[in-house]
Amino acid sequence: MATDNIINFWRKNAKVPGSIQPVYGAQHPPLDPRIHRTFPKDTPKGNNLKSKKASSFHEFARSTNDAWDIDDEDDEDLLAPIHPSSLPSALHSVHQVPPLPLQQPSDTTREPDTGPADRLAPPTAESCLQQEEDADGGQVNGRVVVKSSSEALLNTNTVRSTLQKQQSLPVRPIIPLVARISDQNSSGAPIMTVRDKSRLDKFKYLLSCPNTDLEELRKHSWSGIPREVRPITWRLLSGYLPANMERRDLVLKRKRDEYFGFIEQYYHSRTDETYKDTYRQIHIDIPRTNPLIPLFQQPTVQEVFERILFIWAIRHPASGYVQGINDLVTPFFVVFLSEFVEEDVENFDVASLPLNTQRNIEADSFWCMTKLLDGIQDNYTFAQPGIQNNVKALEELVSRIDEDIHNYFKRYEVEYLQFAFRWMNNLLMRELPLRCTIRLWDTYQAEQEGFSHFHLYVCAAFLIEWRKEILSMVDFQGLLMLLQNLPTIHWGNEEVGLLLAEAYRLKYMFADAPNHYRR
Amino acid sequence: MGDESYNFVFKVVLIGESGVGKSNLLSRFTKNEFNHDSRTTIGVEFSTRTVQLDTFTIKAQIWDTAGLERYRAITSAYYRGAVGAMLVYDITKHLTYESVERWLKELYDHADPHILVMLVGNKSDLETLRTVPTLEAKEFAEKKGLLFMETSALDSTNVEAAFQEVLTGSYYVALCFISLYTKRWTTACHVNLYYSSVCTFLPCTFYVMCVFMT
Repeated sequence: MATDNIINFWRKNAKVPGSIQPVYGAQHPPLDPRIHRTFPKDTPKGNNLKSKKASSFHEFARSTNDAWDIDDEDDEDLLAPIHPSSLPSALHSVHQVPPLPLQQPSDTTREPDTGPADRLAPPTAESCLQQEEDADGGQVNGRVVVKSSSEALLNTNTVRSTLQKQQSLPVRPIIPLVARISDQNSSGAPIMTVRDKSRLDKFKYLLSCPNTDLEELRKHSWSGIPREVRPITWRLLSGYLPANMERRDLVLKRKRDEYFGFIEQYYHSRTDETYKDTYRQIHIDIPRTNPLIPLFQQPTVQEVFERILFIWAIRHPASGYVQGINDLVTPFFVVFLSEFVEEDVENFDVASLPLNTQRNIEADSFWCMTKLLDGIQDNYTFAQPGIQNNVKALEELVSRIDEDIHNYFKRYEVEYLQFAFRWMNNLLMRELPLRCTIRLWDTYQAEQEGFSHFHLYVCAAFLIEWRKEILSMVDFQGLLMLLQNLPTIHWGNEEVGLLLAEAYRLKYMFADAPNHYRR
Repeated sequence: MGDESYNFVFKVVLIGESGVGKSNLLSRFTKNEFNHDSRTTIGVEFSTRTVQLDTFTIKAQIWDTAGLERYRAITSAYYRGAVGAMLVYDITKHLTYESVERWLKELYDHADPHILVMLVGNKSDLETLRTVPTLEAKEFAEKKGLLFMETSALDSTNVEAAFQEVLTGSYYVALCFISLYTKRWTTACHVNLYYSSVCTFLPCTFYVMCVFMT
């Protein structure tokens, strides 16, 4: 199975979703071809920074070429990408040659599911190169692991100058960086620093207690959850899994059976007069949910999403199904799926999993999503008052923390609703790559009312992040095009971490000030 | 000011049921692109294109809205200032054509009464799956005083023509009102035209007269 994945991965003319035509829409900012061109040149420089073991990218790639031997039984070496810049002090560790399994000797017994998931995949680097060169042709968009090294290279300067180029280069991002979720957030994390290792140990310790201390867990989750323990941590933090270990199996079984009971009871009614509109809308939205990620083009997965959303919609008649809710299933699904996937999740064939596992992932996604939505339901009831209030609150907050931006918007008659609506409706999922969303949700689940309250501060911090670009726009059109296509395509854990730190600072400053916004 | 100078900004809104192809009409017109992988439009999306009409440079500001009912409370704000609207349905889905009356009502509830409306039957490339006869839609449009065209964002058929017609129509109406209102015509100035500020007090008959006056 995994071997098939390898072969499929490398099949250049694999069937991929969609056309090759570029699009300049609000979904994906165009990719700057300059980055492609400079990529092979830049990587050696990037590597040389602090790398001890591999002095240049090409040498490294060449030296590990043999890992691509397809006869090799050990397929876990593959496709875990070179770790990007998300470890702030760890650029040096990016390109280590793998005698890495040594790092986690004790893990394999504890969590057989994840396995030796933290090996560096040297072929990925090479694949990146190859794919970069192919990428200019704009052919395949079912890319898997790409650009992982480039992330280490992209400093803010590059990104900012990319922005200027963007508007004149409507090139579709061939590398689905939105889809590049195979990094430490969902696929085998290749390397671990000592710090990472100790964090992981801390989590494992917390999770091993018979009664998990949720407060402690929250505290540690705030700065990000190590990939291996993310599925279980998310279940705990959302309140789905009980803290008491003894009760867990029982509760899980009960909830899962309950969900499938709903399916039996209600799913057939999707053709009924009352529900067929809901179902129809869901049905046409699912293929448009994550169109660039092959995982979500699989019929099995689409059906899972349809069921989850339909059952949720009919059980919540106050809001029913609203466009945007479909996006919210994705992170849960991906995280829970990643528990069973060694390589990249994006191309994984879900139907190959045991049926029971598939069902469990589906049920867990349903319940966790339900819990999330419970906290923000007035975002989706008629007229969406929650969102309207949040956008007003955002405006108020920005007027206080950055008067320049606020006045600039006023001057050009940009209304917050015109860009921030989507930020609130989709919890920034449309503005950030999926891997960033996953990291963001670590913190949201650790915070009290993270999805409703803290999100506001994150949006404010996010807006201010682009102040330079905003202030350089000269008319309404430019401003709005910028705000609906912010260049976050290369973002990773580091950028999200900085964003969260800023949001936290804002919250701290304003939390006790009753006037800062009127709810 | 700006990358290029322009004389007018015309705001046009795309409305219609979810899934009829509004986003791709937008991308086809403003970027000459069609995307099988477009995502659902959330809230409002926005794009521009500059066209030449007579001697004037018009910046078409096209707003693409989400089709779903829930958003209407939010999107009603977006009608403000629009000179043109394209009401889109899918020729292969009769249901989307049936809701046209409802959309018209909403349009007239929120937008300027003199807004220029075109009924657009999209996905004309799927002729074999057609469920809305051209003649029927054409007659409906005439009855309601709407422009009409069938387009295909996928193969580009009539997309350019449709937008041009709406923009040209808006342009002529704009000329009328400006000359009426200012009693003189100043060219070569950057004007952002907001219909509502100019003509809310003018009855419809005036509008018709103006067209013949110019």
